[in-house]
Amino acid sequence: MTQLVLFNVFNGLIVGAFYALMALGLSLILNLSGVINFAHGGFLALGGYLAFTLIPYVGFWGALIIAPFLTAILGLIVERVLIRRVYGRDPLYSLLLTFGLAFMFEDGTRYIWGAQSLPFQVPGWLMAPLSNEYFFLTGYRLFMVLMVAIAVIGLFMILGYTRLGIRIRAGTLDLETVSVLGVNVRILRNLNFGLGVYLAGLAGVLAVGQLGLQPTIGASLIMPSFVAIIVGGLGSLPGTLLGGLLIGVASGVTTVFFPSATEAVMYVMMAAVLLVRPRGLLGEEGRF
Amino acid sequence: MRGDDLQKRAATAIVWLLLLGMPFWLPAIGGYTELGSRVVVLGLAAMSLNFLLGYTGVLSFGHAAYFGLGAYGAGMTLKYLVPSTSLGILVGTLVGTLAAAIIGPLIIRLRGVYFAMVTIAFGQTFYFIAFRWNTVTGGDDGLIGWTRQPLDFGFAKIDILHNPVAFYYLILVLFALATGCMAWLLRSPFGRTLLAIRENERRARFLGIPVDQHIWISWVISCCFVSLAGALYALLNNFVDPRALYWTQSGDFVIMAVLGGMRSFWGPLLGAAIFVVLQDYLSSQTQNWMSFVGLFFVLVVLFFPRGVLGIIRRRAAA
Repeated sequence: MTQLVLFNVFNGLIVGAFYALMALGLSLILNLSGVINFAHGGFLALGGYLAFTLIPYVGFWGALIIAPFLTAILGLIVERVLIRRVYGRDPLYSLLLTFGLAFMFEDGTRYIWGAQSLPFQVPGWLMAPLSNEYFFLTGYRLFMVLMVAIAVIGLFMILGYTRLGIRIRAGTLDLETVSVLGVNVRILRNLNFGLGVYLAGLAGVLAVGQLGLQPTIGASLIMPSFVAIIVGGLGSLPGTLLGGLLIGVASGVTTVFFPSATEAVMYVMMAAVLLVRPRGLLGEEGRF
Repeated sequence: MRGDDLQKRAATAIVWLLLLGMPFWLPAIGGYTELGSRVVVLGLAAMSLNFLLGYTGVLSFGHAAYFGLGAYGAGMTLKYLVPSTSLGILVGTLVGTLAAAIIGPLIIRLRGVYFAMVTIAFGQTFYFIAFRWNTVTGGDDGLIGWTRQPLDFGFAKIDILHNPVAFYYLILVLFALATGCMAWLLRSPFGRTLLAIRENERRARFLGIPVDQHIWISWVISCCFVSLAGALYALLNNFVDPRALYWTQSGDFVIMAVLGGMRSFWGPLLGAAIFVVLQDYLSSQTQNWMSFVGLFFVLVVLFFPRGVLGIIRRRAAA
């Protein structure tokens, strides 16, 4: 029993790490540009599929580096061509625009790579269990947690110590002033969008090793990411991270005791948070 | 002002003439009655959403939840409780309205994108319940093994099951009741207050209007009529599946409202008609209809943000 609980907690932590990684990207874009990027799931799936296509040529490690970058470049283009046009308009339009994009992404991946699930090769030595007693502790799972941790630390380093990151944070607080101070806000938003999409692409490459490669993988991960942002608190990246891990572990634990409520539990958590603390766990007062 | 009024009445008269005559002119141009019924039902859903979206200025992206609750409420009543169509519609509508009333207080203080996000996420709760609770809801396969029942008035019996035209007129009667009720509400002081909130929430608040309370009532009314539409949708198909609750369905309703024109009363109905016909056509022509629907969303946002009626009106004014 202890082992079962531990297994599911660990599993939940991994899934929660994906939610968090994806939600962090969503949060970045939402905070700076006020756009909810429905197409984020599509970018995630694309990251996974690109890695699948690249592996025969550059190997797993090459794909892990290249695929998220390619995804991010596509993100930069999409922002430049489409999303930029709806900034400053009613949020309704950015929602509908990215919603349409999400449809096109999902259908596009289905068109190119097929609707059926594809096998995703992870280096064999990573798949072996590390311990006989705790069979679920494979190298790949630890590796995923490690990669997510590196990505998150990297993101916070960028935001904390680089010029780009400082501008993003300043823009989140007051974009107009940043613009007046001579920062090119168009480029800033563009790069910020790319950074968010990069995180989605990275989450995609890591997630397909664990969850399998299907066109619907993006759609299935995007809703929990929303919940992660709401639970953690809008406008707070540490909150988003916390929210993602929390709902992941909560659904993991629920799987043990009441399997059919695995998905529902995170929405119950969200309702509870909204009831007790409408701004979310670490959210700022009065931001929305 | 008088000319404007006259124009509005003429538009309403044309809409009703077209709706009343649908079973006669639609087959003549290559349609079928069920398609007309679907337009009216989804049009009702989009118009109900627009009550909140266009007239109160609150961005809900989770109306499919209440649409689906109405559908499951109706279907499950017919399957498990009593084989009565009217009772099914009643229960379905009540279930959706009740859920909206309970969820309302949790969300009415949120605004803009945040409101949209929370409504979507709440909608997903019901989706997963329907998806997972196999024994009762049929899970992914949907709720089957029931049909709508003939209407029995005691003195007369109307076979709405085998006569699609009769069922169309039943839908139309309920559509008329619902839209009439919404039009009446919008013309009342309450409706004017909603417009005031949409135009300038802060000013409305300073005037002493209890804004949150008004938004809650508007939310419940909107969800009530959406659940009615959901109940009718279930009866129309004699089937419900979890996709009626899925967040993409909510997006469809929003695009219908935007496409037709959010600032006009009949706009969402027109949007629903265009959307339903387009989807019907595309899904029969290509497997990749999802891409085309997505592209359609993008094009509407970029080129028709005011909707069809918005453009016509602008032309007329210029």
